[in-house]
Amino acid sequence: MRSVQRTGSGQSRADVRDAVTVSVAVGLVGVSFGALAPAAGLSPVTTMAMSMLVFAGGAQLLVTGVLAAGGGIWAAVVAGLVLNLRHLPFGLALARHIGGGWSRIPGAHVITDESTAFVLARTDGEPGRARRAFWLLGLIKYGCWQLGTAGGLLLGASVPDPSALGLDAAFPAALLAMLVPMLRRADARRVGGAAAAVSLTCAPFLPAGLPVLAGLLGVGAAARRARPGGVQARAGTSDARCPGGRA
Amino acid sequence: MTITALAVLAGGTYLMRLVPLLLAGRVEFSDRTVRLVELGAVALLVALVVTGTWFEGQEFAGWARPAGVAVAAAGIWRRLPFVLVVVLAAATTAVLRLAGLP
Repeated sequence: MRSVQRTGSGQSRADVRDAVTVSVAVGLVGVSFGALAPAAGLSPVTTMAMSMLVFAGGAQLLVTGVLAAGGGIWAAVVAGLVLNLRHLPFGLALARHIGGGWSRIPGAHVITDESTAFVLARTDGEPGRARRAFWLLGLIKYGCWQLGTAGGLLLGASVPDPSALGLDAAFPAALLAMLVPMLRRADARRVGGAAAAVSLTCAPFLPAGLPVLAGLLGVGAAARRARPGGVQARAGTSDARCPGGRA
Repeated sequence: MTITALAVLAGGTYLMRLVPLLLAGRVEFSDRTVRLVELGAVALLVALVVTGTWFEGQEFAGWARPAGVAVAAAGIWRRLPFVLVVVLAAATTAVLRLAGLP
């Protein structure tokens, strides 16, 4: 660690500090995931396996939320996979910073919202900085996510009735905090409003899980108005790099 | 959650991360496609937040939970740290339930 700090001077040290800060925040989301998952019927083993193998906080919370509401397992999985579609453009944006060859195999697994934002903000400076930032954040964050999940499982197990602690409110609250930075642009707010309307309207009638998927119809609210304005050519796709510092 | 479902979720997620790394330089998504994917994520998350706030399955979740989420929203608006936002939401709901509100 010390040699890294010395060669990279202050910038590198700041990168380490930032990576730790982001990772600790992510770990706290992991705590809420670990605490909430058993209430959704996930065993501790499944919960840990999910954190290790899926390693995508938003999707994990989404799947847990759908299951906790009594939704079907495949509705949950489809919702999780659709949410993770955003890794496709993330991966393209990050590819040249991760490097080629076999390092892509483990590297791919630690691509997340935060790593995309974190790395793309560090493409200046000395050569290799972005790649170091990617691995630094990826590894620390992976560790924090597992520790957080395990801690949450222990916490959840020590509480007899999670609803007495209001954990069911913590869950939408955590998602809302992740979501708000994504609503900065007007088209996102239109889509969000439409998705809310659609999902709330069908929630009393459809089996749990499906209203969340139905919310995808809200995306139609963006396309319709984007055209007449003729503002398709949006420069810089990286400002929407969402869940600022979260799962 | 079955092993099959977990495997599909984990495998699908991993492929969505790996494939663009393998295709980089050969494929490019248009800005419009990228934005549509981002908006899809927004739609799903909003739908989950609102249904998770108001509903437990197909039933109204009671007032304690939306009250907790409302406090969280105020906290986010005041730019409180993430942890504090989550703790405030849980605490609000817990206190209201203790007071007898469902």
